[in-house]
Amino acid sequence: MTEASAKIVATEMRSDAREGMTYLESVPMRLVTLWLPLGLIMLILLFPFYWMVLTSVKPNAQLIDMNTYNPFWVVNPTLDHIKRLLFETAYPLWLWNTMYVAFAATMLSIFASVLAAYAIVRLRFRGAQMIGASIFMAYLIPPSILFIPLASVIHFYGLFDSPLALILVYPTILIPFSTWLLMGYFKTIPFELEECALIDGASRWQILTKIVLPLAIPGLISAFIFSFTLCWNEFIYALTLISSVQNRTVPVAIVSELVDGDVYRWGSLMAGAMLGSLPLVILYAFFVEHYVSAMTGAVKE
Amino acid sequence: MSTVEEAERNASRMKELSAWGRLKVNRNWLAIWFMLPAAAFLLLFLAWPLLLGVWLSFTDARLARPGKFIGFENYEWLWDDSVFWLSVFNTLLYTIVASIIKFVIGLYLALLLNRHMPFKAMIRSIVLIPFIVPTVLSAIAFWWIYDSQFSIISWSLKQMGLINQNIDFLGDGNMARASLIFANIWRGVPFVAITLLAGLQTVSPSLYEAATLDGASAWQRFRFVTYPLLTPIIAVVMTFSVLFTFTDFQLIWAMTRGGPANATHLMATLSYSRGILSGQLGEGSAIATAMIPFLLAAIMFSWFGLQRRKWQQGENND
Repeated sequence: MTEASAKIVATEMRSDAREGMTYLESVPMRLVTLWLPLGLIMLILLFPFYWMVLTSVKPNAQLIDMNTYNPFWVVNPTLDHIKRLLFETAYPLWLWNTMYVAFAATMLSIFASVLAAYAIVRLRFRGAQMIGASIFMAYLIPPSILFIPLASVIHFYGLFDSPLALILVYPTILIPFSTWLLMGYFKTIPFELEECALIDGASRWQILTKIVLPLAIPGLISAFIFSFTLCWNEFIYALTLISSVQNRTVPVAIVSELVDGDVYRWGSLMAGAMLGSLPLVILYAFFVEHYVSAMTGAVKE
Repeated sequence: MSTVEEAERNASRMKELSAWGRLKVNRNWLAIWFMLPAAAFLLLFLAWPLLLGVWLSFTDARLARPGKFIGFENYEWLWDDSVFWLSVFNTLLYTIVASIIKFVIGLYLALLLNRHMPFKAMIRSIVLIPFIVPTVLSAIAFWWIYDSQFSIISWSLKQMGLINQNIDFLGDGNMARASLIFANIWRGVPFVAITLLAGLQTVSPSLYEAATLDGASAWQRFRFVTYPLLTPIIAVVMTFSVLFTFTDFQLIWAMTRGGPANATHLMATLSYSRGILSGQLGEGSAIATAMIPFLLAAIMFSWFGLQRRKWQQGENND
């Protein structure tokens, strides 16, 4: 009984802390200071997506005639734009390229980051701190200053215009970030667990695969989701290092292949933008918490 | 005799074993192998291109043709190039204006989201969507919103009777700059807001209650409780924000490609159009290399500027 009452007190205290000082605010006050600005900001943040989806199902006639039809709505929505995109352009191929490059690059960089993060946090070799700091510095080197020399390096390695070039180059963006994130996760795993395993005669590899990784799964998912999104979003390397149409990724292909002088291009452009973002939004919807913790974790460390 | 030999042999084998065994558990030796994959990627595709880029900026290299050393000629050429200086001006304008507004709106949004409300988690995840969607794809959506003939903004303003003619969002120099800055802010605010929100959530509510009991106004609570506690995370978030804004490429490339009349060329886009499109690798690299001092200055400014405040307040570097 005492336990139960203690629990009730605890929940009451928690709800009290959660509500904070909201009881000091009146309803109209809250409406003006909270809901109005929040609603306005959300409206602006979401409008481009609404517009994107709306345009992609609007018949051409309604797209350019804004007087007969209300442009904010659609009558007789059509799938023509999406159909044209999927069957008359190489869009499915571009989508496949993006997915395959993003997946391969993410897997490679997670493999490299797990090893590096474990070594920096737990092996504590000579110079570990310095290497950790320099990996963080690598995160601050933007692709915009690297793409020209990288193009000649890729030429030199003979990888130009091959998806392999992107798969090997993207990890340079992802490794610094995921290593930093995983270092944070590995630090939270009690060292005693590893000591026990070491005394029982486990090798470092066994410790890593059997003890550390299973405990760091949330961190791995965060790193995976975030890296995958970054790859999907990457533009400048994909633009510079890939030259043939069938090897392009979605972001580059939309800008350089779908944009022609046609007035009627908007429907399929918006359909392309929508289909290109949809996989990421779905992935994000399932792993919001991991995504947020990846983003804030990397900044907080 | 045989036993002595055997014992010696055994001893030497044991020594060998233990030397190998010791190597196997030697941390430095192990660390080399653990670090190898990450180091290989970063050295081959990051450090090497970075150095090569600086070297290329001193040569007259063209696409698929190695150049020869020409000293500072590329830089001298750029020094007298008004388009280059225009791109520097644009980059600084873009970075400073967009970063300040992103910070203000982002902080405001974070404070709003930190308040108690229903559907908090859902609202927070919706806010982040602009950051998830690939920049180029949302840039394309903005391009359509900014269209000179069918812009929905022009249409709405016309319906409200505020303007008579369509606004040429991307056709006029200053208008194009403003439109791009707006799109950049639109994309950057969620990142700033959500990361600052994570910082805000670590501030204990009891501090606000204590401040309220002491008679602090809302502004004073923000100024003397929230802001000091948030300073370290603001420093990091703004460093990243400034860095990514300064080196932005995709938003501009998708919408204006530097036009009209170079009015929206940032250093990154100019470097691309000179280096890759015109094939002047040397000149493109010189523009890219010229970004490095600016980047370092921006990092130093936002990092040390805010770190010093923290140090003055007598907090520990945790």
